[in-house]
Amino acid sequence: MFRNSYDNDSITYSPTGRLFQVEYALEAIKQGSASVGLVSKTHAVVVALKRSAEELGSYQKKIIRIDDHLGIALAGLAPDARVLSNFMRQQAMSSRMIYNRPIPISRVVSAIGDKAQRNTQTYGRRPYGVGLLVAGFDETGPHLFEFQPSGTVLEYFGAAIGARSQSARTYLERNFDQFPEASLEDLVIHGLRALRDTLAQDKQLLAQNTSIGIVGLDTKFTLYDNDDVRGWLEKLGDVGSTRGRRPPEEPEPEATEDAPVTDAPPPEETDTVEPIETDA
Amino acid sequence: MDHMPENWGRPRSEIYGVYNSAIHNAGPTTHTQQPSITGTSVIALKYDMGVMLAADNLASYGSLARFTDQERLIKVGKETVVGISGDVSDMQYIELLLERLIIEDNYEQDGHNLRAPHIYEYLSRVMYNRRSKVDPLWNAILVAGKKDDGSPFLAYVDLLGVTYSSPSIATGFGAYLAVPLLRKIASDDGDEKKITKEQARAAIDECMKVLFYRDARSLDKYSVATVTTDGEVTIEQNVRCKDMSWRFAEHIHGYGTQKM
Repeated sequence: MFRNSYDNDSITYSPTGRLFQVEYALEAIKQGSASVGLVSKTHAVVVALKRSAEELGSYQKKIIRIDDHLGIALAGLAPDARVLSNFMRQQAMSSRMIYNRPIPISRVVSAIGDKAQRNTQTYGRRPYGVGLLVAGFDETGPHLFEFQPSGTVLEYFGAAIGARSQSARTYLERNFDQFPEASLEDLVIHGLRALRDTLAQDKQLLAQNTSIGIVGLDTKFTLYDNDDVRGWLEKLGDVGSTRGRRPPEEPEPEATEDAPVTDAPPPEETDTVEPIETDA
Repeated sequence: MDHMPENWGRPRSEIYGVYNSAIHNAGPTTHTQQPSITGTSVIALKYDMGVMLAADNLASYGSLARFTDQERLIKVGKETVVGISGDVSDMQYIELLLERLIIEDNYEQDGHNLRAPHIYEYLSRVMYNRRSKVDPLWNAILVAGKKDDGSPFLAYVDLLGVTYSSPSIATGFGAYLAVPLLRKIASDDGDEKKITKEQARAAIDECMKVLFYRDARSLDKYSVATVTTDGEVTIEQNVRCKDMSWRFAEHIHGYGTQKM
């Protein structure tokens, strides 16, 4: 039977130069539901799809406020995200206490990057099983960073992580040229459209399963949940999954009353959809 | 006979109980309990387009004018000036802390730089922390620069961790001799908007002269720093008190030869 003898710890290279435990951690992110983030010239927005373990249970929190100017959306192991968010909150508070300054986004992100990297080089530890989208606003403007368990942190105009996030990325890639000048409302709608593209067949964006986090110029980090997202979903219009839809049965998509949102409403094609989910 | 020398000359254990060796190991306290080499007042005044500070170049050893070339206005980062009075060795330690702070902040190269309010918060934390260890840094400090909104920033922190802000502030003897003069032109928040740079400089020079007249630990040679709201810092050194008149001295007890 085939056994991989190079994945017993997170620090040993395989002969091909790979760290399997780190790659498995990256897989853990893909098991989590999707989170999408995007930035304009004035705002950063994260939207996320919440899952509930069972009918009677509550939904898993996906967006966490860190500070007035900073919040995260997660995909993967929520407990690991809690550890990281608590750490980020400590960093943010100590920056305010010692320097009377909201912590620069890039610095708190590189702090968790360093923390995660240490796990890939220290024996007896495991990488975090969570990916984060960090949205914040500081002196240098709005920012969106993606954090990975490998310790990689990169800044993006738009990013998506989690299950079927490739569909969201495809949407973002096709529309990101409109983001910089977009109004806050348009930006959120773009985010929700990208998130909608990650829905499984027959699923919908609902007030219960959608979270929105907004931060920007003169806007403290605000989390919209449950009833507070209804308004946004109404602006979005069509909240159903586009998966498995055939072009013919596409009467009048969401180009309803939100015409100013984008002059080019996405064609809603189902081509690039790659079901990433392998197994659980 | 007890052959252990460390037990000799101690109170007898059978009478007084076992000797507490913590007493034996206790050294002298190393906390600063009084300043030794000191710098006198730092004075500062906001004006419409910035902040102006002055401090003389004297470092005294008690009443002895020991060093006459001590600079006490320090540029920190790109657009902040810190003026320090009190113990000079503690001042040099604060200089070290601030230099480290700026170097480590610059490592990031991410476009975020510490400005006056941030440096002030840091210093006030350091000062209060040290007083809480009952090992204070024996100084009174003024921090000048600009606020986040671009307006002038000026604030005070001292060895007790006391903090406050005002359009005109002076430390040490200056608090008695210079503040009344400075408050004539800038007493309340917002008054600085009516003061030009030239007016501010005239007031600063006048205060330094009065301080030299009346503060026996002062010098007629001083530095004047300006921080503008554009973030420009200039430190003018070796400024001399001008147009002094010591005629008043002959009417005052304690100046010159005593005539009773």
